[in-house]
Amino acid sequence: MLSYIVRRIAQSALVLFVVGLVAFSMFRFVGDPIDNMLGQERTMEDVERLRAQLGLDQPFPVQYVKFLQEAVQGNFGVSFRQGRPVAEILAERAPATLELALVSAIFAVVLGIALGVFTAIKRDGFAANFIMSASLIGVSLPTFLIGILLIYVFSVELGWLPSFGRGEVVDLGWWNTGLLTASGLKALILPAITLGLYQMTLIMRLVRSEMLEVLRQDYVRFARARGLSDRTINFRHALKNTMVPVITIIGLQLGAIIAFAIITETVFQWPGLGLLFINAIQFVDIPVMAAYLMMISVIFVTINLAVDILYAFIDPRLRVSA
Amino acid sequence: MTDPVLSIRNLTVEIPTRHGVFKPVEHVTYDLHPGEIRGVVGESGAGKSMTGNAVIGLLDPPAHVSEGEVWLNSRRIDALDAEDKRRIRGKEIGMIFQDPLTSLNPLFTVGEQLVETIQLHLGLSASEAKKRAIALLDRVSIPDPAERFNQYPHQFSGGMRQRVVIALALCTEPSVLIADEPTTALDVSVQAQVLDLIKELAKERQVGVILVTHDMGVIADTTDTVTVMYSGHVVESGTTDQILGAPTHDYTKSLIAAVPRPHTKVERFPMVSYGDRVSTFKIDDLAAHWTKTDLSKSGKLVEVENITKTFLQKGAILPSHRQYFTAVDQVSFDIRDGEVFGLVGESGSGKSTVARMIGTLYPVDGGRVIFDGEDVTAMGADALQGYRRQIQMIFQDPFSSLNPRMKVGDLVAEPIHHHKILPKADIGPRVRELLDWVGLAKDAWRKYPHEFSGGQRQRICIARALATQPRFLICDEPTSALDVSIQAQILNILKDLQDHLGLTMLFISHDLPVVRQMCDRVGVMRQGKLVEVQETDKLFNAPQHPYTQELLDLMPRLKQLA
Repeated sequence: MLSYIVRRIAQSALVLFVVGLVAFSMFRFVGDPIDNMLGQERTMEDVERLRAQLGLDQPFPVQYVKFLQEAVQGNFGVSFRQGRPVAEILAERAPATLELALVSAIFAVVLGIALGVFTAIKRDGFAANFIMSASLIGVSLPTFLIGILLIYVFSVELGWLPSFGRGEVVDLGWWNTGLLTASGLKALILPAITLGLYQMTLIMRLVRSEMLEVLRQDYVRFARARGLSDRTINFRHALKNTMVPVITIIGLQLGAIIAFAIITETVFQWPGLGLLFINAIQFVDIPVMAAYLMMISVIFVTINLAVDILYAFIDPRLRVSA
Repeated sequence: MTDPVLSIRNLTVEIPTRHGVFKPVEHVTYDLHPGEIRGVVGESGAGKSMTGNAVIGLLDPPAHVSEGEVWLNSRRIDALDAEDKRRIRGKEIGMIFQDPLTSLNPLFTVGEQLVETIQLHLGLSASEAKKRAIALLDRVSIPDPAERFNQYPHQFSGGMRQRVVIALALCTEPSVLIADEPTTALDVSVQAQVLDLIKELAKERQVGVILVTHDMGVIADTTDTVTVMYSGHVVESGTTDQILGAPTHDYTKSLIAAVPRPHTKVERFPMVSYGDRVSTFKIDDLAAHWTKTDLSKSGKLVEVENITKTFLQKGAILPSHRQYFTAVDQVSFDIRDGEVFGLVGESGSGKSTVARMIGTLYPVDGGRVIFDGEDVTAMGADALQGYRRQIQMIFQDPFSSLNPRMKVGDLVAEPIHHHKILPKADIGPRVRELLDWVGLAKDAWRKYPHEFSGGQRQRICIARALATQPRFLICDEPTSALDVSIQAQILNILKDLQDHLGLTMLFISHDLPVVRQMCDRVGVMRQGKLVEVQETDKLFNAPQHPYTQELLDLMPRLKQLA
């Protein structure tokens, strides 16, 4: 087990290194940050000086190694646009995105599993068929369109919920939260549904097909032959076996929720990391982009590592043999 | 005689289909007395299991009981509603399924599954239920029951798991036990232990047992009475001695005649001639088209010298911490031209691994395989291609050894394509000839594997193996998944191949009577080692090695058979 975890961590570090390398090599095609930073009235000397000062005159592998050296010590450089340390900017924006991601993840997982189990058990029922057909909409519509539709219905027509922003925010010193005020909670509903809808339908469909597979297994037949009630069979014996493969996908999807928050945040003008990243791209703010991408890949890799370790807790077969 | 615990009267099960109503069970009647073990035999599809499922209320919709009555302890149970039937299941009627590897939930400990069932039906407290569960594990002879209680199913061997399943089925003191092929997936030695346990428990607790099986050896050794079923009907019922010794119905007669005898060798197996499903194998047509190769120079076609295979069992970062398992340990034997060489042994003894190394499916870790004087282990890619053309394999499970997405014609044509044996235009006619020779219908090449029965699929596998005109055929348990009647047909085909085409074969089986009938010489394997090689008759009449003697003792005697 220990060697398994050590191996996984080594793999994770390698993945992070490669992701960073690819991201860095792409920055050269985004544009020249110098153009934005210096106004029209610039001389060639100014450009050269600033370029040397920022280290942009060096080849990108050298830049990358320097960035890594600094990043490991928690120093992500200074934003070209705002002139403030990147770490500070990220820390300021992170709570908004993490709260949004957390709420939509809970929405997706809880509702996805519940509906998945329901549609598997009542396979031929009207309600189950209706849910399955309706879920196709969730899978096939792009996120931004769902966001715009929700805004149109609930903000513009009905006027129940705000269409943009986070509402009132309470500052806890190290964290600012929208979960403690009514307007903050109201503002969270539409973006959370928009962000989580695709994951919810995906989890639901996966749980359903896995559950149907498990219900065909011999041990379910044997459980039935032992006279166990349907409730015990479905929710105790079948559900636990269903969750083994589902957990992998949930792990991947949680990462995706944070990464895809970009689109939802743009639609709802949510002051989180995604919006920050979009603005950074427009301004070619390389330190912010680099730090953001590294952060996202760290989150992805960590979640997957956690999922792999979680496996061992659910499935005893891995515990002993690994 | 006492009153029956279970009485099935005129039971009929119907399945509505697009082509009308199909009756897999029709007018079945039999009784079961306390302490009696009733064997139910018949081919797959005869309705044996379906009857059991109907009794216990476990039919998969749309199948349903349309007629008849089921009485349990003088109470009619077929008309009860689903909830009342559920209360009977596990409490008054216990059930054991075929495959102990899949009957237990892998994510719960054995103890949790036992306690759950005991608490549900008997309403005991958790600690009382646990005490009872441990006592039961002890009763089914599981060592260290208190410790085993907290273990997961994967920590038990196949035979141990079937004991756990029996403990689960008996944990609420049912009066009837339905055992559906309880030992088919187990080795001979484990099978004997499990059957003995069932016999003991039936007598000790006066449980009536319905033992569904297609194995006549199990019937002869275990049961008191037998019911023979054929396509949904009971054709004959009686005591075991009467059914095996003096069958009256034609189907029973021919079924019993087809059971391979352990003691006397016959030229060909008698076929089950009841019904009209025996298709002919056209060996003469096949022989006429067969290009015979010269005999090998030494008279030995295959020589195996000290072959060894190890598998990684536990991985680790440091090579010194890795654990290996030696599946085959320094095995040597040779197979003469035109001979059928048998390999017997329990599962895990390395029989199949040897076959796979000869077939180059596994690389050899040590030793050599020599085919017609050439060292296979030293061959280059081109020479190997030629070698593989000359050897072909037939596997145990005809359901998983045929690609379900390929038409039968394409399956048989594939080896011909691969080895570029015939020009493209000639392949189609050759495939149709091959399928015709092995006794399949004219349009078989257009169909997919799922449209065929197990026996027909095994014929397809044989046609595929013959497509390259091999010299050497490796048969890995070719009939273990088949019914007695189908088994006789397939074994006869293999015998014809040997006689008329001079094919050399390696025949792997755990079924000793079959090996006795098929093989010229036999090797006995145990834990990766070859313990004895002997002429078949000598081996069966005067086994030398103690392990061989032990294996032969476990062989069902079938003493009632003439």
